[in-house]
Amino acid sequence: MLYFYSPSQIVAGEAPKGHDVRIGGLVVDGSVARQANGLDVRFELTDTAAAVPVTYTGILPDLFREGQGIVALGKIGNDGVFQAREVLAKHDENYMPPEVAEALKLAAEGGSMPNPHEKPAESQP
Amino acid sequence: MIPEIGHFALILALAVSIVLGVVPMLGAWRAVPEWIALAVPATRAMFLFVLLAYVCLTYAFVAKDFSVAYVAQNANTELPLFYRISAVWGAHEGSILLWTLVLAIWSVAVSLASRTLPDVFRARVLAVLGLVSCGFLLFMLMTSNPFERLLPAPANGRDLNPLLQDPGMVIHPPMLYIGYVGLAVPFAFAVAALMGGRLDAAWTRWTRPWTTVAWVFLTAGVALGSWWAYNELGWGGWWFWDPVENASFMPWLVATALMHSLAVSEQRGAFKAWTVLLAIFGFSLSLLGTFLVRSGVLVSVHAFATDPERGIFILAFLAVVIGGALALYAWRANAISGGGSFRLMSRETLLLINNVLLVVACATVLLGTMYPLIIDALGLGKISVGPPYFESVFAPLMLPLVFVLGIGPLTRWKGDTALRVVRRLRMAFVASLVIAIAIVLITAGSSPLLLAALTMAIWAIATTAVGFLARVRSKADFRQGLRALPRSFVGMSLAHIGVGVFIIGVAFTTSFSADRDVRLGPGDSEELAGYRFQFDGVSEVPGPNYLAQRAAVRVFKGDKQVAELFPEKRLYPIQSQPMTEAAIDVGFTRDLYVALGEPLGDGSWAVRLYYKPLIRWIWLGPLIMAIGGLLAASDRRYRRAGKARRTVGETPADAVPSAEPSRG
Repeated sequence: MLYFYSPSQIVAGEAPKGHDVRIGGLVVDGSVARQANGLDVRFELTDTAAAVPVTYTGILPDLFREGQGIVALGKIGNDGVFQAREVLAKHDENYMPPEVAEALKLAAEGGSMPNPHEKPAESQP
Repeated sequence: MIPEIGHFALILALAVSIVLGVVPMLGAWRAVPEWIALAVPATRAMFLFVLLAYVCLTYAFVAKDFSVAYVAQNANTELPLFYRISAVWGAHEGSILLWTLVLAIWSVAVSLASRTLPDVFRARVLAVLGLVSCGFLLFMLMTSNPFERLLPAPANGRDLNPLLQDPGMVIHPPMLYIGYVGLAVPFAFAVAALMGGRLDAAWTRWTRPWTTVAWVFLTAGVALGSWWAYNELGWGGWWFWDPVENASFMPWLVATALMHSLAVSEQRGAFKAWTVLLAIFGFSLSLLGTFLVRSGVLVSVHAFATDPERGIFILAFLAVVIGGALALYAWRANAISGGGSFRLMSRETLLLINNVLLVVACATVLLGTMYPLIIDALGLGKISVGPPYFESVFAPLMLPLVFVLGIGPLTRWKGDTALRVVRRLRMAFVASLVIAIAIVLITAGSSPLLLAALTMAIWAIATTAVGFLARVRSKADFRQGLRALPRSFVGMSLAHIGVGVFIIGVAFTTSFSADRDVRLGPGDSEELAGYRFQFDGVSEVPGPNYLAQRAAVRVFKGDKQVAELFPEKRLYPIQSQPMTEAAIDVGFTRDLYVALGEPLGDGSWAVRLYYKPLIRWIWLGPLIMAIGGLLAASDRRYRRAGKARRTVGETPADAVPSAEPSRG
């Protein structure tokens, strides 16, 4: 079972370090950098409120590109860098993963995603 | 004009389906022969109208009529004819039309093959199918009309999703739908039988071949989906536990349970209430699958069309169909009598274990699929349940299932002695274990799960061989014995061997696959699993509606060239969508698979290489199973069932010879 976190939540330290989690957001324009040798790639993911650096080794999906909404699976390192093991982009250029869409909406409204390890806000008196 | 005819045909089909769903049902209740007699012509009329609508939509695609919104969204002037025809079911509206057409075909098939059924029962079955059609026609006309016009018409269309421009995708949806919708037939038989309050041997005998044929298509459809994902998604995997894959797998598990439960109901008159319940659940899961795929609640590669309002309609329809059927069941189930008793050590018990394991497996898949949706709906956060969950729960359920599969067919109905069964099967067990250990040692595999899986796979094949030889040898002459075998027995044996073949494929692919992502420039090469992949650079090749970057990769084993592969990275300009077209060297013992990643500048590319041992067996197994199913469904006793209809109901179930399911 994997929990989903938005970049804002990760920057705020709400996500557990060293555990597998999912993160989603937009790939920041101009942030994608491939290393000269090998297949290491580094990019940033944002929900427009905060951005998280992500590293990945391997082949990115067909629809991965700057400005695109994607979901990544991996661990948060102690340095705050998200080490992705899997990167998913949907097979439709107009498609936005629902989690990403919601994270973006909440970031725009100044709220945040419900934290799975806390009680949801609306159930608290 | 043509699209309007199609639209009108759908409206007429809806009107006819309402008549079909209501009048014969009332006729059966009030005993009005004229109303009952309406069922057959109404079914045929409905079929003709749905077929007409389908032909009209296909015509719109072939003629590139972009004034039809659905055509404009899913075709393009450059799209080849072959894919324009299959684009009819390339998205939501057309898929539902295909669903409805398939249901109409099944309904007509039932109306043709049921001449010998009692008229009241036949009318009820067709009326239930008519009500289901009515639901889908309403759904289409209210929320997803494929004939909606787009005026002014665009000069060109948006083109078909490039992922669907693949031969595997052309046949996968129709196969799956035939299977999905085919489960409506046992469902209709079950509901009709509940209404009539009579579930006799004739009922099970009628339901069995229909269920088997639906299962055959479901098996083929699920396997084709897996094959397509492997070819087309470029990830080299054959099953992802994607929610939509699960949506097709759950009805399969229940349909498999239903087939086996029907065997007990037919042979021994037992498990009848359970069989009826499975028939209801099987079709309910088909509907649930449609809901999951089509409502957009799922995060999945399949969730192309998303529209919550459609989801609400299907959810309401689901509630009516499942709720109605279960209410009828609750009301009538106590009218279904028990049937013959059996001892603990008997084929009935083993088939019961089979059913429990299959249903529990289905429940675990359902839980893993629905849990994230429920958590999300309750506002408790976003989670996803991935392959680790399914893999850890599946092996412990499937391995005992295969163990029981080995014993069941060699155990007598009603009661047997453990000693006799052990004596018949101990050699098979020892042989399976020894061969499995030998394979594990030779291949230097290490996981205990591999050993267990191989033992069980060989066990399935070995026990089937024991049973087969015993049956053949019971006749004096080998060839004569072979010919005397009933097709149902041969079919069952084949299907069980298919299970073994499938498990061997899964075990090998899981344990011994190798893959690597590498950076390759022209002239570079890379070793993987004893093969050397030589990258010869990339050239540009135009396709009909795309532009491809095509790489040439030669594969060597030692100094000998074994394959030359041309993986492509295609750009479909109309949808501005890049697509990875993997190149695969197919082999009985292994696949070599090369997929292009992205260009890295200086002429080098990110390339993914795979070595997949015995992966073909993963689809060969289901193919054997499907052939087995077809053989079983064509058994003589089903073809004769009709002729004996007046008497078969009175045949006491206990008169069936115990270990002999043949009565051909």
